[in-house]
Amino acid sequence: MNIKPIHEIEKEIIEDFALFDSWEDKYEYIIDMGKKLPVLDDAYKLDENKIKGCQSTVWLVASYEDGSVFFKADSDAVIVKGLISMLIKVLSGHSPAEIIEARLDFITDIGMMTHLAQTRSNGLLSMIKQMKNYAIAFQTVSTQKTDHK
Amino acid sequence: MAISDLRQQFPILSRTVKGKPLVYFDNAATSQKPQVVIDALTHYYTHYNANIHRGIHTLAEEATMAYEATRHTAQEFINAASEEEIIFTRGTTEGINLVANTWGRQNIMPGDEIIISGMEHHSNIVPWQILCEEKAAVLKVIPVNDNGELLMDAYKALLSNKTKLVSVVHVSNSLGTVNPIKEVIEAAHQVNAKVLIDGAQSAVHLDIDVQEMDCDFFAFSGHKVYGPTGVGVLYGKKDLLQTMPVFQGGGEMIKEVTFQKTTYNDLPYKYEAGTPNIADTIALKAALDFIKETGKSNIRAHEEELLTYATAQLQAIPGLTIIGNAKEKVSLVSFIIKNIHPQDVGVLLDNQGIAVRTGHHCTQPLMARFGIPGTIRASFALYNQKEEVDALITGLHKTIKMLS
Repeated sequence: MNIKPIHEIEKEIIEDFALFDSWEDKYEYIIDMGKKLPVLDDAYKLDENKIKGCQSTVWLVASYEDGSVFFKADSDAVIVKGLISMLIKVLSGHSPAEIIEARLDFITDIGMMTHLAQTRSNGLLSMIKQMKNYAIAFQTVSTQKTDHK
Repeated sequence: MAISDLRQQFPILSRTVKGKPLVYFDNAATSQKPQVVIDALTHYYTHYNANIHRGIHTLAEEATMAYEATRHTAQEFINAASEEEIIFTRGTTEGINLVANTWGRQNIMPGDEIIISGMEHHSNIVPWQILCEEKAAVLKVIPVNDNGELLMDAYKALLSNKTKLVSVVHVSNSLGTVNPIKEVIEAAHQVNAKVLIDGAQSAVHLDIDVQEMDCDFFAFSGHKVYGPTGVGVLYGKKDLLQTMPVFQGGGEMIKEVTFQKTTYNDLPYKYEAGTPNIADTIALKAALDFIKETGKSNIRAHEEELLTYATAQLQAIPGLTIIGNAKEKVSLVSFIIKNIHPQDVGVLLDNQGIAVRTGHHCTQPLMARFGIPGTIRASFALYNQKEEVDALITGLHKTIKMLS
């Protein structure tokens, strides 16, 4: 169970980024986060878990345990993977209601708007939408442990 | 050709991106516009904005004259036999769709075959897929070799008396390959098939002579030839265009309407329904004149120099593979870097002020052919210079270091 509220985790990320003087530092941090994100087991890399963008592919799976949603994800592009890693850090372990309400302003605050707006329907925005969709789905089911591939 | 003087005619080139001088290598997607094109747009709206063809007043007359002047310039640009063969469209894609929806619907029958190539852009795949589905016709694809060239023997083997249309790209947007278009057309005509040439990437680099090529249709876009977006040209042989059914109804395409029957206008107006894109069409003339004055052979010589220079420098980067090594290429280079996703490269180059294209370039079947998700593509225009290629190489070294 993640005890820190979503907006506080966002605030911490924003503060981390404020320390960077250059774009290189910022991206090295994101790339590093991407590399550190645990590799998603190939068994989960199914078409049904794919969020297909114009450029890179993202796989996203979610599970629901004791009232909290947990995400696992992967991407073939490392910067996207780093951004996903941050989204997981912010959203994973929270209740469906918290996830649904999260504004995720940190993405624009840390200057990652390009990724958010990459195309109208693909990219990071679809990723967030999918995470929220999982939260909505879990909200409607019972608190019994459910596993979703 | 003094590149520094030429660059000054493109105001956008003096801007910075993320604090660095802009290096614009996404010309195959869209080119930048010279001041004369921008001025032509402003001048139209400032001085003679009016609807064309029907107005009796001075402004309408001036706008009509300017609009039709572009048609004349476009005719000369591709050496069409008459202005009636020049149809203004929104771009290459609309040109192809127009042919599919008119000539295609009229002439394609169940069991007929349409041939495209394995290096087509989605715009020259999907309209034919739709048509084939509707007509129970068959779509056949010319395979591409490892260098990114059409397999001409395989093409000729595909041709038969069932082939009704061959629609191929003149120059590949993903690989830079210049296809042997005359040979493609001749072979198709031997089985009485019609030929459409997608000139989206070729019109800006190569000399286009539709009469010499003997193609039946040729489509290109304004925005890739230093002109505005939202305007393009479809060339069609006059005798073909005359027998084809109309496309969209309304506006200029009408001669007389009664509730019982409508008669249609003559060429080329038959295919220009509604109020056209007047301003951009007028400004397209400025772009075509600009190319003519600069000289395509001068443009080509400069671009070839850039391509050779860039290719040699890129090949020296460890882990870098160029996709598309055709003998005949225009000035673009597509590549991948081992263990690095193209998107990551694009993002990090952008932070260094360098604009390249990454991804599948809307040629997904071609990417599948090479077994890659996409490439990094640097495409050069007449205003690019060696110093910018150097910036790309430096940028790539930095990018690779950051990602490794």
